[in-house]
Amino acid sequence: MSAPSGPLGVLAARLPGRADTPAARLVPPTGFTAQLTVFTAAAMSFLAVFAIAMALAAGQLADRWQAALSQSATIRVSAPADQIEAQTAAVLRVLETTPGVGAARRLDDNEMRGLLAPWFGTDLPVEALPLPHLIEVTETGAGFDAEGLRLRLAAEAPGAVLDDHARWRRPLVAAAERLRAVSLVALVLIALVLAAMVTLAAQAALAANGQVIRVLRLVGAEDRFISAAFVRRFSARALAGSLAGTLAGLGAVALMPRAAADVGLLAGLGLSGSAWLWPLVVPAAAAALAYAATRVAAARTLRRTP
Amino acid sequence: MIGFSSAGFGYAGARPLLTGLDLALPAGSFHFLTGPSGAGKTTFLKLCYGELVATEGGVTLFGTDVRQMDRDGIAAARRRIGVVHQDCQFLDHLTLTENVTLPLTVAGRPVPERDLADLMAWVGLTDHADARPPELSGGERQRAALARAVITAPDLILADEPTGNVDWEMAVRLLELLVDLNRMGKAVLIATHDLNLIRASKSQVSARLLRIRDRQVQAAGAEL
Repeated sequence: MSAPSGPLGVLAARLPGRADTPAARLVPPTGFTAQLTVFTAAAMSFLAVFAIAMALAAGQLADRWQAALSQSATIRVSAPADQIEAQTAAVLRVLETTPGVGAARRLDDNEMRGLLAPWFGTDLPVEALPLPHLIEVTETGAGFDAEGLRLRLAAEAPGAVLDDHARWRRPLVAAAERLRAVSLVALVLIALVLAAMVTLAAQAALAANGQVIRVLRLVGAEDRFISAAFVRRFSARALAGSLAGTLAGLGAVALMPRAAADVGLLAGLGLSGSAWLWPLVVPAAAAALAYAATRVAAARTLRRTP
Repeated sequence: MIGFSSAGFGYAGARPLLTGLDLALPAGSFHFLTGPSGAGKTTFLKLCYGELVATEGGVTLFGTDVRQMDRDGIAAARRRIGVVHQDCQFLDHLTLTENVTLPLTVAGRPVPERDLADLMAWVGLTDHADARPPELSGGERQRAALARAVITAPDLILADEPTGNVDWEMAVRLLELLVDLNRMGKAVLIATHDLNLIRASKSQVSARLLRIRDRQVQAAGAEL
């Protein structure tokens, strides 16, 4: 067998350097190792696209939650009915003089009804219920001193509780950042596996072509000439396989379900905007890895050939 | 061209196979190298084209000590040496023409079509230009190996038992080809244990005989 069959074979055959250069023609077809290289590059690239999509999605998620964490807070005022209006007014006065607070406003009944609607429906008579008042606080870029604000609220409005969202957002941000780190580690592992597989395939091809290498050395071929024949071949096959794997990966990512805009916890795995360009790095990286791995394998083999 | 100075070779941990070699292969010379099987004829040839490096003394290829040469330097020296092995190693997936022009290909030199045609006719392989090496007979392979060895017009031709796998008629034909090359100014060294071949050369060329005995290469005396 001289080349991988099917679309990948066609693609590999059309790539420059596969068989048209003098050096490449001197090395006989490498059979199974060629198929192995194309398949490995395709599979690893497919996985790499997913790892990139995962890393980007996790990064966006972490950034969004981080931004939300640093920009908003809620104050809940719970007090007896005859005191709640006074304490709410006191809280708003405190907020007006608190550095780092950009805006503060009390949620009206309609907004309260909207918040409770998922649990109680839209007909809830919130005005008849002893619900706490909620005050939405928007921070300036510098942010406010949460501990200082809590102390002042305790003094001015004992029924007010500041919730800066850190309790529940921080673990989620940490989880998203960890997910991004794991995705990046997965990318590195994918690259290492690809390099290892190409090295093994190249070494097998070099070992199987011991006589070819001996003859080439005998007639005066320099190491870089012999090495180039194998390097071109394996780089071209890795590039061909990787292009196919990347395209398949991009197709699969495009088919992933999108997260709805109003669902805060899931950002969705799909790529958007310029993020679609990142997976295009994968084929170039795969070819570069194959190039380096084959060069190392060839150099090691040629050193043993007199 | 090739010089041996107190040179010898032995594999690690073993008794030296060759020792105390002091001789030179000058340009335009014709030498036969004889000796019993296992005496070290092939080892001597390998020292001549840098496949082996002397473990004692020194060997110079075209004026440079082999030990001072890097791998590219060895490759450059080999492009000035044509080697014909008894087993004639070829690249079996290439045609005979591609095999014969291999030294030009690796040197990045163009193939002169007319010279190639002349060369193929000279070795009598014009009709086999597109054949693959496994399709050739022993004699045809030997002649193809000779054509490959000389296509770059090297300064030195080394032949290791070039007639070992061919009949007498073909052996004489190969000898004539090597003599032709020598007349063109090429130095020739033929390692052989075929004394009939050496005798047959007497009428064609002024050759010197080198004999391996007791791990040393001795000049056998007068010209043949």
